[in-house]
Amino acid sequence: MNFDLANPSQLMQALGPDLLLMAGAMVLMLWAAWRPDSEAHQRSVGRASLALIAATIAVVLWYASRGLTSGAGVIAVDNFRWAADVVCLIGAFGAIALGLEYNPRERILPAESHVLVLFATSGMMMLAAARDLMIVFLGVELMSVAVYVLAGLNRRSNKSAEGALKYFLLGAFASAFLLYGIALIYGSTGSTNLNEIGQRIVTGNYVAHPMALVGTALLLVGFGFKVAAAPFHMWAPDVYEGAPTPITAFMATAVKAAAFTTFVRVWLEALPGMGDAWFKPVWWLAAVAMFVGNTVALSQRNLKRLLAYSSIAHSGYLMVAVATGTLAGSAAFLFYIVAYTLASFGAFAVVITVGTEGDARNELSDYEGLWHVRPWLAVAMSVFMLSLMGFPVFGGIGFFGKWYLLMAAIEAPRPLTTLAVVLVLTSVVSAGYYLNVVRVMFMKQRPEGAPDPERAGPLTRGVVLVAALAILALGLVPNRLINWSRDSIPRAPAAPSAVADLAK
Amino acid sequence: MTAFLSSINYNAWIVPVLLLLPAIGAVGLWAHALVSAKDPADQRWREVRVLAFAFFVVEAILSLGLWWSIDPAAAGWQAMVDLPWIPQWGVRFAVGLDGIAMVLVLLTTLMMPLAVLGSWTSIRTKPHAYYANLLILTVGMLGVFMSLDLVLFYVMWEIMLVPMYLIIGVWGGERRLYAAIKFFIYTMIGSLLMLVAILYLGAEASRVAGAPNFSYDFILNNVHLDPTTTLWLFGAFALAFAVKVPMFPFHTWLPDAHVEAPTAGSVILAAIMLKMGTFGFIRFALPLFPAAAMNPAVRSFVIALAVIGIVYGALVAMVQPDFKKLVAYSSVSHLGFVMLGIFALTTESMQGALLVNVNHGISTGALFLLVGMIYERRHTRMIEDYGGIAKVVPIFATILTVVSLSSIGVPGTNGFIGEFLVLVGSYKTQPIAAVISATAVIFAAAYLLWALQRIIYNKLSKPENEGITDLNWREIGLLVPLIAAILWIGVYPKPLLEKTEPAARRLVTYVESAAGQVPVTASNTAR
Repeated sequence: MNFDLANPSQLMQALGPDLLLMAGAMVLMLWAAWRPDSEAHQRSVGRASLALIAATIAVVLWYASRGLTSGAGVIAVDNFRWAADVVCLIGAFGAIALGLEYNPRERILPAESHVLVLFATSGMMMLAAARDLMIVFLGVELMSVAVYVLAGLNRRSNKSAEGALKYFLLGAFASAFLLYGIALIYGSTGSTNLNEIGQRIVTGNYVAHPMALVGTALLLVGFGFKVAAAPFHMWAPDVYEGAPTPITAFMATAVKAAAFTTFVRVWLEALPGMGDAWFKPVWWLAAVAMFVGNTVALSQRNLKRLLAYSSIAHSGYLMVAVATGTLAGSAAFLFYIVAYTLASFGAFAVVITVGTEGDARNELSDYEGLWHVRPWLAVAMSVFMLSLMGFPVFGGIGFFGKWYLLMAAIEAPRPLTTLAVVLVLTSVVSAGYYLNVVRVMFMKQRPEGAPDPERAGPLTRGVVLVAALAILALGLVPNRLINWSRDSIPRAPAAPSAVADLAK
Repeated sequence: MTAFLSSINYNAWIVPVLLLLPAIGAVGLWAHALVSAKDPADQRWREVRVLAFAFFVVEAILSLGLWWSIDPAAAGWQAMVDLPWIPQWGVRFAVGLDGIAMVLVLLTTLMMPLAVLGSWTSIRTKPHAYYANLLILTVGMLGVFMSLDLVLFYVMWEIMLVPMYLIIGVWGGERRLYAAIKFFIYTMIGSLLMLVAILYLGAEASRVAGAPNFSYDFILNNVHLDPTTTLWLFGAFALAFAVKVPMFPFHTWLPDAHVEAPTAGSVILAAIMLKMGTFGFIRFALPLFPAAAMNPAVRSFVIALAVIGIVYGALVAMVQPDFKKLVAYSSVSHLGFVMLGIFALTTESMQGALLVNVNHGISTGALFLLVGMIYERRHTRMIEDYGGIAKVVPIFATILTVVSLSSIGVPGTNGFIGEFLVLVGSYKTQPIAAVISATAVIFAAAYLLWALQRIIYNKLSKPENEGITDLNWREIGLLVPLIAAILWIGVYPKPLLEKTEPAARRLVTYVESAAGQVPVTASNTAR
């Protein structure tokens, strides 16, 4: 079926999964506010949220299986969108699943905490769909506002409040950059629609046009903030450390995935004509993010901060996919984000398991000798670390993720071989801290009197187990995931003639 | 024998089975750990070592048939299995052998049971994990020798890192943490650059063929690069292999890793893992980039590093107070001979290099086993803590002497044949390098004989040493095959040389002809 987006009812259909999630989230929000906060109420709202996400994933998959297309318009109907939706929804599912067991421990009682994740996810789905800079901005705001609140969810913790405020202020700045960029792009090309911008940049030869150049630069800065790429990463470590751990996992994976999705789409659909202008800056952003993230992570002693810097480094890796400016690059991005999401979620689930009330025991020293008391947990954590490092077999899919990125980089029309070398060299640096976690868990003795980590709840254990098994299995047989990401590249809107054909 | 092997279709299944069996063994040990989780695993170490040993013995017995079933003279790969793995990226599970690889596979499968016997009593903590790591390590090592697809090769190359990292880091000596991370990072820097080079080759192949292809044969025959790119890619491969060999100046991880690793770890590192570096040069760096490898500047540079390694390793070994470290540095020296033989690029020197590879595996492996045995009794590796122990441990002293003589390269032992061939072969093309390297044979005699004198001869001056018990039957039993191999190769090396000769000759001719466009004077004029 080919949606005619000018037709309101067809536009509604094209937004089916998004509307389902939003409507459901609103109902759940009312239900959450209906009763006073309590553990039981939060649990039932959380479970309902999980069910809603599962239903939305099912609808997204159903939509994806129908081979839908659309004409030109404000949203995209292509597999890139569905793929990004699935990644973000899985991230949301994981965050709520972890939150269900983490929140009672930290005495975070508001039932709305789960619903806010749903709203943030609605924003992400909007970002995945956006084919108009106005929708991009709406999506960014819808996602960010919900996440600002989520970051400050733990009202007992000063760190959480500090992180939320920082995130809010810097995020507001980033939004302003983004909005200015959008305005300038609109000012020079006269459109906010990605495809129209793309055409007009080429026909009008805007690549040397100052307004379009500044607009592109501001967009780059805005997206750089949202994906936490150095040098726009300053907020990330504090926010990641202060936020409740499930929310940190959510931010590190789903938020990043959504921001990158729209980044990639804007770059591929609207700004390929500006390639000569953005190529060098994106190249350097990627290199700097990889370098800063990986080197600063070396000195981190708190696991959440360490993973925060690791996520900055991963933004750098993903930026390589943006720098390719090719569809192969976008496929590599999707592949990588799946690998990265699995490993990050697993790692944060382990952090939750080892941690204790008050978000304590997240230091590296608390992991000493973990192998001797919780062997499987230590093995799972090693899998996640090696996967983030991009190590074959033991790191499973992480290796092929890096492989795909490198392959896209080497085959890109603009040569990225040097950036590929930067990528692998900074990966060696990353071994310094990922392996250090392995070293601490396996090669140190358990300190005297260190308490054994408590047995985690079934949901947290489930996240660890599913993530580890998926990483290992996909690392041996990545074929389907490759096909999936190859089929999920952004697709230009169908030509009007195709609309006419299908309308018959 | 050949008829029997072909009647059971041996070549069709042996390679994947050899790769699969240790993996099954690792899973088996894991299952055993789960079953015995109730009682503390440390009580089960006797059971576990037998279980692991059984897997290694079966593996060794199965692999023996390769000696007969691989026809060294036949061109092309044998016992080849080629299955699609990731068709979208042109990655295949392609494995196969030639004469060179077959010898190294046999070295691996035969050394592993001995390495397990070597750690028979010393590993009592976390035995499941220890032996499972050894088994996974075996998969990686065999895979490196067998892979005929560049991606599969890279994966196998990396697989070995984690088990060895854990073996050194968990069961190693005092400075194990430092040694383990150093080992890992050094190896990884080299191998990740090789990964980029492999990707580049794959991208070139896909330009030629229209679809990505990482098959070794395909890239060898179809990918032709410009000279600058060739140099860069050769550099990336060479760095990965040079770290592993290790060539001077990339050798500094080796003494640490060897000394801190438990006995089995040191044996495997020396006997097998270092060979993967030289094997990498022979299989990948030379044939894939002949123009770069035969480039006079590159060649002189590599040979200079090899000669420095030979002399430097020997000199540093001479002043080591720690016997294990002495043996570790002697490895640097021996592997320098291998590199010299490879880059001298004559059939004799190449064969000599392959033989030194095997000899070093046997002799140095045996030396590390012996060091481990005496360490278990006396808990010191310092040479000065011993002296005159020939009186209390005569069997140990005899075996140590024989093995040391073989490591020195005394005629009648295997060491002599290998180094002699290298020197004779490389004298044809690299006379100066050969002459300088020949002095190292004298240094080798100096450092080992001097150490022997201080350890087993001299006066029995330390009372602590009087109570040392001599080798028991297990230890003698595990050393006898090594001594037999030392003498067999020393006296009658012909069968072994026959296995590698055709492949070595083909390689030399191929590299010389493929590099034909580039002026390669030295090797052609010398003939």
